[in-house]
Amino acid sequence: MTIGLGHYLCVAAILFTLGVLGIFLNRKNVIIILMSIELILLAVNINLVSFSSFLGDIVGQVYALIVLTVAAAEAAIGLAILVAYFRNRGSIAVEDVNLMKG
Amino acid sequence: MIINALFFYLFAGICVAAAAMVVTARNPVHSVLFLILAFVNAAGLFVLLGAEFLAMILIVVYVGAVAVLFLFVVMMLDVDFAELRQGLLSYLPIGALVGAVLLAELLVVVGAWAIGPDVAKAVTAPIPPVSETSNVQALGLVLYTRYVYFFQAAGVILLVAMIGAIVLTLQHKPNVRRQSIARQVGRHPSSAIEVVKVKSGQGLS
Repeated sequence: MTIGLGHYLCVAAILFTLGVLGIFLNRKNVIIILMSIELILLAVNINLVSFSSFLGDIVGQVYALIVLTVAAAEAAIGLAILVAYFRNRGSIAVEDVNLMKG
Repeated sequence: MIINALFFYLFAGICVAAAAMVVTARNPVHSVLFLILAFVNAAGLFVLLGAEFLAMILIVVYVGAVAVLFLFVVMMLDVDFAELRQGLLSYLPIGALVGAVLLAELLVVVGAWAIGPDVAKAVTAPIPPVSETSNVQALGLVLYTRYVYFFQAAGVILLVAMIGAIVLTLQHKPNVRRQSIARQVGRHPSSAIEVVKVKSGQGLS
């Protein structure tokens, strides 16, 4: 019962699918959509780190670190936009975001 | 070896279950807490893979910063989340369909893949044995030399994100009196004070 690369890739695939499913299910709630994006990025990170570990190349971990940075920045900016939007409109429903529509 | 497999299934199972709860939880606060659980278990998976530094960074950055940020925003926004959940079941069929197709594709890819024979020779920076260098040291030796520009770029990204978040959420209230440095510096003695000769014994009227 040895754990190979395929096991980790399966976990990452399931996490990725759950993230995509979350975006579809919570189509109205921006906060959950942002969390789903975090889940997707986590799945990508698991892929990178498992390949790095099983191929014996540390560059994958460097790349995972960069992805982590971008994910943190994305969460901060996304939540800041959400707060600014809520201040202006008093709601965070995705359907209300149509101000730019002509 | 059996311990390794046991812990893998423990971490992976809890991680997937928590991720499922993130997208289906009724209360967004519970969603955030399940997100924290998923990240902690992913950190456990990273430890099993021998990437201790990334595991600790995952806990510090995600659990310590990002998840708490989410928690703050969820609690700060006074939103009727029950209203936002309406129509969830109507989205379920199409979402489940897309998810099932995606998962099937991914599993087909995972099931039928093989590492090319040249890949093992093309390793850029091999991981040194753990007995010689720890994971943190090995990562630092690569990150600060060969990938130093990427490291700097990551720093710039974080700086831009920080300034962007401040600019987006900062608001000036019109009724707050603020210090006007230009007016203070531009003040002159002739406009600010008046020298009056006062005769002794008389006051100023």
